[in-house]
Amino acid sequence: MSITETPAPPDEQAEPAPLEVRKTPTRKRLVPYWLLLPGILWLIVFFAAPLVYQASTSIQTGSLEEGFKVTWHFATYWDAIGEYWPQFLRSVLFAATATLLCLLLGYPLAYLIAFKAGRWRNIVMILVIAPFFTSFLIRTLAWKTILADGGPVVGVLNSLHILDVTSWLGITEGQRVLATPLAVVCGLTYNFLPFMVLPLYTSLERIDPRLHEAAGDLYARPATTFRRVTFPLSMPGVVAGTLLTFIPAAGDYINAELLGSTDQKMIGNVIQSQFLRVLDYPTAAALSFILMAAILAMVTIYIRKSGTEDLV
Amino acid sequence: MTKTATPQSSGGDVRLQGISKTYGSFTAVHPLDLTVPAGSFFALLGASGCGKTTTLRMIAGLEEPTTGTVELSGQDVTVLPPYKRQVNTVFQNYALFPHLDIYENVAFGLRRRGIKSVKKQVEEMLDLVQLGPMARRKPQQLSGGQQQRVAVARALINHPQVLLLDEPLGALDLKLRRQMQLELKRIQTEVGITFVHVTHDQEEAMTMADTVAVMNGGRVEQLGAPADLYENPATTFVANFLGTSNLIEAEVVEAGGEELLLKAGDAKLRLPAGRCSASARTGEKVLAGVRPEKVALKHTDDAGAITEGHNRLPGRIKDASFIGVSTQYVIEVPGLGELAVYEQNIERDGRLVPGAEIVLHWNPAHTFGLDAAQDIQAGADLDEEAA
Repeated sequence: MSITETPAPPDEQAEPAPLEVRKTPTRKRLVPYWLLLPGILWLIVFFAAPLVYQASTSIQTGSLEEGFKVTWHFATYWDAIGEYWPQFLRSVLFAATATLLCLLLGYPLAYLIAFKAGRWRNIVMILVIAPFFTSFLIRTLAWKTILADGGPVVGVLNSLHILDVTSWLGITEGQRVLATPLAVVCGLTYNFLPFMVLPLYTSLERIDPRLHEAAGDLYARPATTFRRVTFPLSMPGVVAGTLLTFIPAAGDYINAELLGSTDQKMIGNVIQSQFLRVLDYPTAAALSFILMAAILAMVTIYIRKSGTEDLV
Repeated sequence: MTKTATPQSSGGDVRLQGISKTYGSFTAVHPLDLTVPAGSFFALLGASGCGKTTTLRMIAGLEEPTTGTVELSGQDVTVLPPYKRQVNTVFQNYALFPHLDIYENVAFGLRRRGIKSVKKQVEEMLDLVQLGPMARRKPQQLSGGQQQRVAVARALINHPQVLLLDEPLGALDLKLRRQMQLELKRIQTEVGITFVHVTHDQEEAMTMADTVAVMNGGRVEQLGAPADLYENPATTFVANFLGTSNLIEAEVVEAGGEELLLKAGDAKLRLPAGRCSASARTGEKVLAGVRPEKVALKHTDDAGAITEGHNRLPGRIKDASFIGVSTQYVIEVPGLGELAVYEQNIERDGRLVPGAEIVLHWNPAHTFGLDAAQDIQAGADLDEEAA
C-alpha cells in the first residue's frame, strides 16, 4: 500500500473558493485509502512483519547459547516433514472429521433457525453464540470433566456398550473416553460448531421461501426440493462454514493438549512444544510454514472443486 | 411468432366449494363457491388484501383451506400437496431458481417427473416464449419481461390442467405489461389450458379474461364476462372499482312497468326495470348509475336539441381535462354533487369550458340501478391503485 503517496492533508491545500469545486472529487477518491490505513498498518505490524521474521527463523541454524544465524538451511523443512508427518496427517484427519461432524450437526440446526424457529429464532441464535461468553480454555476444560473416567458420559456409553464398539473402531481405549481420538474430535467439534452454524444460517436465511413453493409447485417432493434447490443455494454457507471450522481446527493444540494423550498430538502441539519447550525455533517456524502451505493448498483445491469461487 | 408444436392439452375445470381461509381471527377468504370452466381464461380481480391471492394459493395447494374443497377436473385435491397437483403457478416475482440457467429452470418440472429426454420440449417451450437464444443464461442476467416469460414457460411446459398466475405482470412497466397481456392471451388460446389469473389491474382483467370475478373483503362481489360486469355492475364496489361510475341517489316515484321513474333532486330519471339489481318499490331509495362515457353534454342554449326521452340533469362545468382522444369533464350538478363525463373529441364545442352552464343527458337504457343501502364510495378510492 502506498502510504507515502498520500498527499498532504486537505487543510494545507486550502485555496480560493473557485478551486474548491474541483478539489472535492480528489478528496472523495482518497477517502477509501484513509479508511484502509488503520487496518493495513495493523496487518503490517502484526501479520506481515512476524511472517517475514518467522520465515527467516525457519532457515536459521545455531543454538540457544551461540545464537541463531540465517544460513539458508532449507533442510530443516525436509527434516520436519520427515519427523512429524504423523502429526500432520492426524491434524488433517481430526480437523476433517470435526468439520464433517460440525456440518452434520450444524446444518439441521441452521435450517431450523432459518426456516422453522419463527419467534424463537433470536433465542436459538443466542444459544448458539452463548459459548463465546466464556473462554475457549475453560470450555475445553469443562469437557475434560464431562468426559472424565467414571463420569456420567462414560457411564452411559459403557452401559449401552457403545464404548465396546468405539474401542473396536480404535477411537477409544478400554473404558476411557478421555485421552482418546474420540475426545479430541468431540472437543474440536464442540468448539468450532458456531463457526459452522453462523455462515450456514446466513446463507439459508437469504433463500427466498417462494423458491421452495415454486419447487413444490413443479412436482418436487420436500426431499427433492432440499437436494435440488435449498442445498445448492446454501453452498456459499457450506463452503464458508467448513473453511472457518477446518482451518482453525487443523492448527488447534488446546483440544489435543487437554482432551488427548501423547498419542493424539496434533501438529499444533508439536509447534507449541518446539517453540516453548524444546526451544528449537527453526523447526517450529518451518512446521508453521508447512502447515500454512498445506492448508492453503487444501483450501484452494476445495474451493475449486465445490465450484463456488463466485459465491464465496 | 414461430410456429409451435406444443401438443394441444385441454385444460381442466376448477371447482371450489365452500372454500374459506382464516388466520387466527382474521378471515382472508369467506366461504365461497367458484367454478372455472375448462379452457377458460378466468381472472380474480380485487384490491390488495381482498383474498384473491389466498384463493389462488389454495388452488395451488400452497395454502390449506380452513373449510371447503378444491376439485380439479372432478377430482378432489383438497388434501393433496402441491407437488401432486396437476396445476402450475407463475409466481408474482417469478421465483426463478437463481442457481440454474434458463434451460434448467424450464426443465425443472419435467425432470422432477422423471422425464429423461427434455431437450426437445424445453427448446420448443423457449421458442414459444421467444427466449431460445437465452437458454444458457442465469435468471438474473435477464430483464423483467424476459424473466416473466421464463416463469410462464417453466409452468406451461408441464401441460398443467390449470395454470395459476399470481399478479404475473405486476413488476413490469406499463408498456411491457400491455405487450405481455396480449402475449399471455395468445399463449392461452394456443395451448388451451385453463388460466386463473390474479390481478388488481381492472384493465388487465378485462383485456385478458373471458370471465372476471371481482373480489372484495374476502368475498366474490360479482362474476361475469368483462362487458357484462362493466355494463351491469351489481354492487357499488363493482361499479366504482371497474372503471368509473356516476352514482346518483334517487327515490322511486313510479314502479311496476318496464321502466322505473326516479326522482333525483329536482330531476326525473328513467331506469329500465330489468337493469335495477335492487328491489325498487315506490318510495324506496335506489342508486341510479351511469358510466361517464355514456353521458353527453349540451350547452344550456342548445338544450332544446336534446333527444326526446333522454335523462337530463342541469349542471355547470367545474373542470375539463383534455387527454387527446377524449375530454374528461367534472360537472357540478346542484343538489347531487359532482359527476364525471367523458366526451369523445369529435366536434368540440368551444363554449364547453369551466364555468359554462350545461345540461347532461343520456339514453335511459344506459342507466343501471343499485341498492341504496350500500356505501356509495365503495371501491372508488381503490381504483387509483389499479390504474
